[in-house]
Amino acid sequence: MNWLLFALAFWIAAWAANAVLANSRWRNSKVVRVAIPALFGLTLIMLWEGIVRGFGVSPVILPAPSDVAQTFANSTDILWQDFRQTVLKGALSGFAIGVLAAFFTAILIDRSVFLTKGLLPIGNFVAALPIVGIAPILVSWFGFDWQSKAAVVVVMVFFPILVNTVQGLRETDAMQRDLMRTYAATYFDTLVKLRLPAALPFVFNGLKIATTLALIGAIVAEYFGSPTRGMGFRISTGVGSLSIDLVWAEIAVAAMAGTAFYGLVAWIERRATFWHPSHRQT
Amino acid sequence: MKNSLPILAVLSAIVAIWYAAVAPMNLRGALDVAERSGAEVVPPASVDRFEQPIWRLMIDNPGHVAQGYSLDRPRLPTPVQVGRELWKSTGEMALSGRAMSKRSLIYHGWITLQSTLWGFFLGIVLGMAGAIAIVYSRVVSMSLMPWAIISQTVPIVALAPMIIVLSSQVGIEGRGVPKAIISAYLCYFPVLVGMVKGLRSPGAAQLDLLRTYSASGLHVFLKLRLPASMPYLFTSLKIGIAAALVGTIVGELPTGAISGLGARILIGDQFGTPLAIWAALFAAAILAGGLVTFLDFAQRVTLRRMGMQA
Repeated sequence: MNWLLFALAFWIAAWAANAVLANSRWRNSKVVRVAIPALFGLTLIMLWEGIVRGFGVSPVILPAPSDVAQTFANSTDILWQDFRQTVLKGALSGFAIGVLAAFFTAILIDRSVFLTKGLLPIGNFVAALPIVGIAPILVSWFGFDWQSKAAVVVVMVFFPILVNTVQGLRETDAMQRDLMRTYAATYFDTLVKLRLPAALPFVFNGLKIATTLALIGAIVAEYFGSPTRGMGFRISTGVGSLSIDLVWAEIAVAAMAGTAFYGLVAWIERRATFWHPSHRQT
Repeated sequence: MKNSLPILAVLSAIVAIWYAAVAPMNLRGALDVAERSGAEVVPPASVDRFEQPIWRLMIDNPGHVAQGYSLDRPRLPTPVQVGRELWKSTGEMALSGRAMSKRSLIYHGWITLQSTLWGFFLGIVLGMAGAIAIVYSRVVSMSLMPWAIISQTVPIVALAPMIIVLSSQVGIEGRGVPKAIISAYLCYFPVLVGMVKGLRSPGAAQLDLLRTYSASGLHVFLKLRLPASMPYLFTSLKIGIAAALVGTIVGELPTGAISGLGARILIGDQFGTPLAIWAALFAAAILAGGLVTFLDFAQRVTLRRMGMQA
């Protein structure tokens, strides 16, 4: 019971601290901006720990965060092996292929108004479909190893990127294009110097959506068959063999990989589109 | 409808590519079938054929290419085959009065739709509550917003089996609740982001006007902020319902599910019936299209009633 009380006390204290910080005059400083959500996250973990220990929840149902951390530390080699299989081989290679394919398809399509008009509504529609379901088909086409996972990821990321890039390429207005024409710029010049930079915010929007989709696709595809490694494989077999703490460690890896991947893309976006109004300091 | 011609053109191009791809994709299967029925095949042994490239097989066996279009278990079925399977498991069963039979996709679609709508409802409630808290409280805004973003970068499929296990341990029967939780997890975020934007959209002049009326906080919320957020809300809802459907199907994929479109895909995979997978996939696509179209319609009607769009 002490654990529960401690967790509750921590919750109240953290909330009070956050309330003070958020209303203090340092609220716009970088430290406080990071400290407040960090404290909030810590509170959630403490509450979890307190509930599991306080109520004596069986580790088969829900292990405490401290147990998960211990398992994590003890099985780094398994986790690394799975990370390499699922994220580095499956998700990242699929992401790269899908993004490049969609990007160049968009540039090709963009040359024809007719194709753009026809493909944009279809692409928008397909982007809303539950494409994950295609995973078993692609696994049966490309085999159990990472190639099939990459294929699922390619299909999943293709349409969001395509639609966003095509839309971004239409962003320039007539005035800007006319200016390029007065410079006697060729199609290629206009594309590289005007239209692609103008399209970048849209492309990054698509990329950020695609990072999450890539991991989802790579993990789901492993539920339909994989070699005896990979995060999806470990999770589905871990649930069956009741090694729940390893499953949570695997989930932690997935969460960190997803956040890091997204963070990386967001960081590149800030570097590449620093001129865009949404990045202005207010 | 000046866009319908290009759309039709692109669609027919896709179907044409699909048909063209069926021949090379199914050739090996077609040759196996032909070999078993005693027809002349070059090279005669399946093992030897495996080492030959597809184009070589196509040149050597021009008579068997057509068989690839009518296999029972094709690697890539033709659109007509998929359509026929879809009709067989929906319309035909409905006509014979077995629309809710366990083999009917209408039944499975209904199961999926129920979970999707529950998850969607839960996601809207969570997203709206979160958005209101974020708009009105700086503490919540600063502590919750970063985690809302992080929550979406965590691949939910990794969590899905755990949510299913946890809810069954807690004593919740069936798959309905965990599936709804998974889809709520995916669809609350667009609603939250859209509502935060929408609730903050009224300008200072409008807020000042309400202050001159000495309107209370509740009045400002009900008469200004909430109506102003409607266009944002509907845009988010359309993204949210698609995400909710993905969530439900992901919740149906891990082993053990028996009903729902995701489970049909899984079962089709385990029993080696590709046509069943394709039919379930198309049923899911039709469901997604229907839901988004319905929300689009609701958006137009509501906004017109509110006088926002001509």
